[in-house]
Amino acid sequence: MLAAIGAGSVDELFAQIPEPLRLGRPLALPDGMSEAEVFERLAALAARNEDAERQACFVGAGMYDHYVPAIVDAITQRSEFLTPYTPYQPEISQGGLQAMFEFQTAMSELTGLPVSNAGLYEGPSSVASAAYLAMAATKRGRFVVSRGLHPHSRETLETYSVGYGAEVVEVGLDGGETDAAALAAAVDGETAAVFLQSPNFLGAIERVEELGAAAKEQGALLVVACDPMTLGVLKPPGEQGADIALGEGQPLGNRLDFGGPSFGFFCATEEQIRRMPGRIAGETDDADGRRGFVLALQTREQHIRREKATHNICTAQALNALGAMVHLAWLGREGFRELGELLVRRTAYARERVGAVEGVELLHDAPVAREFAVRLDAPVDRVLDRCAERGMAAGYPLGREYPEFEDGLLVAITERRTRAQIDALAEALGAAIQAENGEKVADSATKTPTEVA
Amino acid sequence: MALTETPMQAERARTIYEKSKPGRRAAVLPDAEVPETPLAELIPSGLLRAEPPRLPEIAEPEIVRHYNKLSRRNFDLDSGFYPLGSCTMKHNPRLNERVAALPGHARLHPAQDPKRAQGALELMWLLQESLSEICGLPHVSLQPSAGSHGELAGLLLTRAYHADRGEERTKVLAPDTSHGTNPASVTMAGFEVVKVATNERGGVEMDDLRAKIGEDPGQVACLMLTNPNTLGLFDENIAEIAALIHEAGGTLYYDGANLNAVMGQSRPGDMGFDIVHVNLHKSFSQPHGGGGPGAGPIAVSERIEPYLPRPQVVRLENNGHGPAYGLDHERPKSIGRLRGFQGNFGVFVRSYAYILSLGGDGLAEASETAVLNANYLKARLAAGRAGERLPIAFDRHCMHEFVLSGKPMKKELGLATLDLAKRLLDFGFHPPTVYFPLLVEEALMIEPTETETKESLDGFAEAIEAILAEAEGDPEIARQAPYTTPVRRLDEVKATRRPVVRQPL
Repeated sequence: MLAAIGAGSVDELFAQIPEPLRLGRPLALPDGMSEAEVFERLAALAARNEDAERQACFVGAGMYDHYVPAIVDAITQRSEFLTPYTPYQPEISQGGLQAMFEFQTAMSELTGLPVSNAGLYEGPSSVASAAYLAMAATKRGRFVVSRGLHPHSRETLETYSVGYGAEVVEVGLDGGETDAAALAAAVDGETAAVFLQSPNFLGAIERVEELGAAAKEQGALLVVACDPMTLGVLKPPGEQGADIALGEGQPLGNRLDFGGPSFGFFCATEEQIRRMPGRIAGETDDADGRRGFVLALQTREQHIRREKATHNICTAQALNALGAMVHLAWLGREGFRELGELLVRRTAYARERVGAVEGVELLHDAPVAREFAVRLDAPVDRVLDRCAERGMAAGYPLGREYPEFEDGLLVAITERRTRAQIDALAEALGAAIQAENGEKVADSATKTPTEVA
Repeated sequence: MALTETPMQAERARTIYEKSKPGRRAAVLPDAEVPETPLAELIPSGLLRAEPPRLPEIAEPEIVRHYNKLSRRNFDLDSGFYPLGSCTMKHNPRLNERVAALPGHARLHPAQDPKRAQGALELMWLLQESLSEICGLPHVSLQPSAGSHGELAGLLLTRAYHADRGEERTKVLAPDTSHGTNPASVTMAGFEVVKVATNERGGVEMDDLRAKIGEDPGQVACLMLTNPNTLGLFDENIAEIAALIHEAGGTLYYDGANLNAVMGQSRPGDMGFDIVHVNLHKSFSQPHGGGGPGAGPIAVSERIEPYLPRPQVVRLENNGHGPAYGLDHERPKSIGRLRGFQGNFGVFVRSYAYILSLGGDGLAEASETAVLNANYLKARLAAGRAGERLPIAFDRHCMHEFVLSGKPMKKELGLATLDLAKRLLDFGFHPPTVYFPLLVEEALMIEPTETETKESLDGFAEAIEAILAEAEGDPEIARQAPYTTPVRRLDEVKATRRPVVRQPL
């Protein structure tokens, strides 16, 4: 090969790198390993995590331990879906493009909005992307966000807004729901968009239509973040006046994966189609009139429009969106509704059961779908440690993000959380609270929980 | 050319919705095990949906068939050579899929208390350390989800860095050969793009750079660069470029899309860069998935570190019990979060497995082989018909990729680069990146990667030769190509003028 190149050595090819910039030593990394050794190393690391196989996982907060059917892995692990690049050559990418088109149709159905893209990175950055769209659509630079919006979404929006040169105004909660009067007062003629989440971070189903009226009056876009798994039973954002519906797609066909990769979905009204971020598959014809699919509206995108693009996104989460589509097809129309009903009923049961435990009270009594918030009469972290000892991840400590709910615990339900597990959770919480308070009384509170390290 | 419809072409595309029949289904769900209370008693009926979404109604065997059929309508890296320039289509080891699927990774909740997720945090920390060594920069954040996300992060870091010094700089310089994501990220981060010209050796035109800086040095926030650049050439002036930018007070950003050329050979940090993004789905073997997932960690210099996104994975000394790992949220100067939770962890697992498999020497060797393969293919294509019809845009040794110009081919044979690309599909190859970079007319950007054999490179060169020979006889054949693909050339204009983006139901 070197002879064909006309070079004496491989090193000669690297001569274009000025000598002082050559590393000139091996990288200070371990030597390569056999496949078996790498497997063992990573398996040993994995073994040091308490995953949902080992603990009954009642933690949600945006990502949920749903059962992902085997068919999803079988299809997403096929080389033909796993290993191609973005479908820049549509003639040899019809499988991926059609899957995107089917996914867009499904998300459009779920959210009740006519246009969906093929997916963004994940939930919170999708919120920030909606803000960018809203600025372009309204020529305004102010965002009003509910404190019920996922804390990561609010923080991501803040981060991006520095670049946008936009202002973010937060509206508080009242009884678990967005404070309607405060929201109406906060929205003005400079507001580009109002951001709500339903169910919100505390699990409460928001009255989106009522809350959104303020946005409509002032000509701001209404952006609603939602949990796709609830949309088999909850009124879709599109029927409640949302201009954009988006969210974290993980509950559909994706693993927990310690936070990613998953995908963000992003649906909007027809009016916004040319301002959408991300890839969009569209239907067209080939030279002989056959039906086919391509990346549509590429004139929005960075590889064509560069600094004038509607977004900078390139590689997104196509495979994760495919997993979602396969999961949705597997659930089907009826199964998807049934799963939604199952979540609502089990959550109602769990809320009643846990709420009745001594030392536990409901944080709010707004309607919920699959997650609810309670207050504990004992330090939340210590209660969680005690529940962990019983093989349970009892929930998400709200104090991490909401100082006003230092005693708050957010409990999530999936179809994997059985009635027996829910009963065990109630029992474990009760026992933990009692033990903590017992110790408090006995003034032995100096003991620290066992460190796992 | 006689047109006989292939069986796959004869089978018209039908979506899964068109295969749906009321009452069919796949899923069997667990029993609710709790009272079947009517939903309207649990949730106000005004908040409930009247009809479930019209998802397909279809049994599992038919779902499997449907998506298997679709999969056969895709070309993929496992099926053949995929020399897509700037995309680094290297082999995706299946070991990585296996370790990513271990329950300890796949079913680990992202909000798990760090003390019960020590393995995951240690893995992230080890990956940070590895990328730090590879990039030659002391600090790493794994948070960005892809290259463009890393770029946005880098620009927001730049903004925060300047703001902390009481400066508001507005301009970001980028070569005219840069990836489209660069200028798009610049706009999103609230800066203005200033284009810098390319010289006759494919590098930054130094006089132009000096002039652009000289206009108002106090406004230069950053220079974004890919090195080797999008022509596959290493910019020999990089040290001087870095000095000029740093003198003006700006930061230097490295678009890591082309890192596969220099792993273990040369490090962006040593070149003077302050911020680097690494595409784990390019150099570090995460499968591209037909458009993601990827991950775009950033490595930064000391002066940028205070602004890194929250949370940051840190190693804590755990007196006597060995190290412990945690998530540091207390970063007062941080730009904040860029996304939910900790990043695309599943991608980190795969890329860390890749780094462990290859080791330091293996990574250096991968870059050597990538560069050798690119130069060999370049040499093969400089001979024969391609040498005349598709000359190299900048004639010198390349790094991991190179750019040819189809200008003579178009002029002499009436064959556009697009036609050549489409004809390659009939020969069983994925075409190179076409019409990029913009400054080369009728560009073809070819990146073979280190995981291709000499035989596959020869096969590709022979296919190009055959297509050019064919076009000398009858260029119309390529102009109408492809013929053998599931569909033939598609009307992309129609899809944009009158977009149909969902199945009508």
